[in-house]
Amino acid sequence: MTAEKAETTASDAIAGTTEGPAAPGPRALARRRRRASVARFWREFRRHRAGVFGLAALVLFVLVALTAPLTVGSDVESVTDAPGRPLESPSGQFPLGTDQFGRSLLGLLVWGSRVSLLVGLLAAALSVTIGALIGITAGHFRGWYATVMMRITDWFLVMPTLVLAIVLATVLSRSLGTIVLAIGVTTWPTTARLVRAQTLAVESRPYIERAKALGGGHWHIMSRHVLPNVMPLVLAQTTLIISSAILAEATLAFLGLGDPTVVSWGGLLQDAREAGSVSSGDWWYLMPPGVGIAAVALAFTLCGRAVEAVLNPRLGVSR
Amino acid sequence: MSEVASAPAGPAPAGGRAAGPSRGRRAYPRYVAGKLAGAVVSLFAVLVTSFFLFRMIPGDPVKFMTGGRPVSAEQIAVYRREFGLDLPLWRQFTEYCGKALTGDLGTSYQFRAPVVDRITEALPNTLLLTGTAFVLYTALGAFLGTRSAWRHGRLGDRLNTGLALTLYSVPSFWLGLLLIIVLSVGVDPIPGLFPTGGMESGGEEGFAYVVDVAHHLVLPVVTLVAVEYGQTLLVTRSALLDEMGGDYLTTARAKGLRDDLVRRRHAVPNALLPTVTLVFVNLGRTVAGVILVETVFSWPGLGGLFYQALSVPDLPLVQGLFFVFAAAVILMNTLADLLYPLFDPRVGR
Repeated sequence: MTAEKAETTASDAIAGTTEGPAAPGPRALARRRRRASVARFWREFRRHRAGVFGLAALVLFVLVALTAPLTVGSDVESVTDAPGRPLESPSGQFPLGTDQFGRSLLGLLVWGSRVSLLVGLLAAALSVTIGALIGITAGHFRGWYATVMMRITDWFLVMPTLVLAIVLATVLSRSLGTIVLAIGVTTWPTTARLVRAQTLAVESRPYIERAKALGGGHWHIMSRHVLPNVMPLVLAQTTLIISSAILAEATLAFLGLGDPTVVSWGGLLQDAREAGSVSSGDWWYLMPPGVGIAAVALAFTLCGRAVEAVLNPRLGVSR
Repeated sequence: MSEVASAPAGPAPAGGRAAGPSRGRRAYPRYVAGKLAGAVVSLFAVLVTSFFLFRMIPGDPVKFMTGGRPVSAEQIAVYRREFGLDLPLWRQFTEYCGKALTGDLGTSYQFRAPVVDRITEALPNTLLLTGTAFVLYTALGAFLGTRSAWRHGRLGDRLNTGLALTLYSVPSFWLGLLLIIVLSVGVDPIPGLFPTGGMESGGEEGFAYVVDVAHHLVLPVVTLVAVEYGQTLLVTRSALLDEMGGDYLTTARAKGLRDDLVRRRHAVPNALLPTVTLVFVNLGRTVAGVILVETVFSWPGLGGLFYQALSVPDLPLVQGLFFVFAAAVILMNTLADLLYPLFDPRVGR
C-alpha cells in the first residue's frame, strides 16, 4: 500500500502542472494521502491490544522522565546533603528506601530514567541511521559496493554484539557518548539487511524505471522513492532496537563501563551490588531499577511487535 | 532482541543466503567448501580487529601493568621488551598473527601466565554451564512455542507469549542477583537453598563432587534459561504459524490423522528449519548472557574471566577472550550453515 502511495505521488508531481486550477495541488494531495495512511495505520495499530498497552506505558515513562526536573530536581543526585541515613528500608518518607549515601531511591529512579531513555533513544537512532544508510545504498548501487557492504554487514551480524560493545566501551573513554557509540555501531546489521531487502523489492517496481527514464538521479530515487517505502520498516526496527539498547546500556553500566558521574538504572544496580545489598538480602534496593529497565524494554518491544504486525500481517508475530 | 522479532521478515541471515537453485547432489561439497572458506575469512577478520581495536586504547599499556606504582625507566624497558611493545606496529602485528596461528595468544598482564592456559582452564566450566542451559532453553522454548502456535490466540498462548516477552526484557544479571537474594541468602520465610556462587564447595570427591557441582549449577542455569528461552519460543511459534495455513496440513487431517500426529509428523518438522538456524544465529546473545551470569554467580568460566580482565584492564586476556567468543559464534554459525541443507533438501544442494 505504501508503494502504491509513492507511485501516485510521483505521477502527481509530474502531472501537477497540467491540472486545472480547481484541483488541489500535488503537495496538498500528497499531504492528504499521507494523513489518510497515518489514520489507517493507527486504526490497525489500535487492534493490537499489547501494542496499545506498550505505547501507553511509553508515554507514561517519557512524561516521568521529562518532568523529572520539576518533580525530583537535579539535587537528588547530590551525595553531600543527602536527606536520609544510608541504606534505609522503604518507609513513608522514602517509599523505596535510600542508597548507601542516604539519597532517596525513588528520586534516583525517576532521575535515572532520563539517562536510560536518552541513551536508548540516541543509540537506536544511530544504529538505525547507519543501518538504513547502508541498506538503501547497498540495495540501490549494485556491484562491488553492495558486495563489500554486505560482507561487512554479515561479519558484524555474526559478532557477539554485546562483547564487541563491551570491548569498545573499554577501549574508549568513559562517557555517555561512548556508550551510545558502542551500542550504535554494533547493532545496525539487522536493520541494514532488512532495509536492503526492501530496497531491492521497491527498486524492481516499474515506477522506478519510469522515474529513471524521466531523468531522476540516484539521489532523487533513493530519497523520494525508496526512503518513503522503507520508512515504516525502519520505524518498527527502531522501536525494537531501543529496547535492546536500553538493556545494553544497563549491562554496560552494571559492568562498570558507564559514566560514573551520571545516575542511570544500570549504574544504580551496580551501586546496589557494590553496597553489598546482595549478601545482606536488601532486595528492595535491587528491585526498582531492574523493574524499570524490564518495563521500558518490554513496552518498546510490545510497540515494535505491534507496528511490525500492522506493516506485515503475514509475519505472524502477534496473531 | 530485534533479531528474533524481525527475522522472519528478511532473508534468513545465515542459512537462507545460501539457498540457490538445486544443482544436484554434487553441489554439497562445494557449498561446504564455500562456507568453510567464509568462516576462515571471518576468523582472520576477528584476529585483525582484535589486534587494532586494542591498540586504539589511549595511554601506555605498561602503566596498566604497573598499576600506577612508581617504576624505574629500566623496569619499563624490561616490561616493554617482555610484552613485545618496543617493536614497530607492523612487526607487532605480524608477530601477533604468527603466534596466534601456533595457538599463542600472548601473556596475561594480570596473571603473568599465557592467555591460552587461562582460557583452557576456564573453558570446560563455561561449556558445562552453557551446554546445560542451551539444551534446556532450546527444548523448553521449542516445546512451549509449538504448543503456543498450535493453540494460538487462546489464553494459554497469550500467557505463554506474554511471560516469554517479559522475561526476555529482564536484564539477566538483575534476575541472577534477585535469585541469589531469594534462594541463596534467603528472605525471611525461605531459607537459603542454594550456594551464592562458585562451582564447588571443595573437599568432595567422586559422586558427592558431581552432586555438589550440580547444586552450584542450578541457579546460574535457571537464570540463563529464563532470559534465553523466550527467543526460541517466539521463533518456533512464528515459524509454526507460517506453516499452519499449509495445504498439506489440510490433506493430513483429511486423511483422518489425529491432531497430535498432524502436529508432530507434518507441521513441526517443517517449522523446525528456520528455528534451527535462528537458534544458532542468536547464540551471540547467549555469549553475552554467559558473561553476566558467570560474573554474578562467580562461576569460574570464560565470562567471569572476561569480567576480571576488564576491571584491570588486562588487555592480552581481554583480546584473547574476545577472539574466543567471536570464534565460538562464527563456528556455531558455520555449523548451522553446514547442517541446514541436511535438514532442508531445498537449501544448498
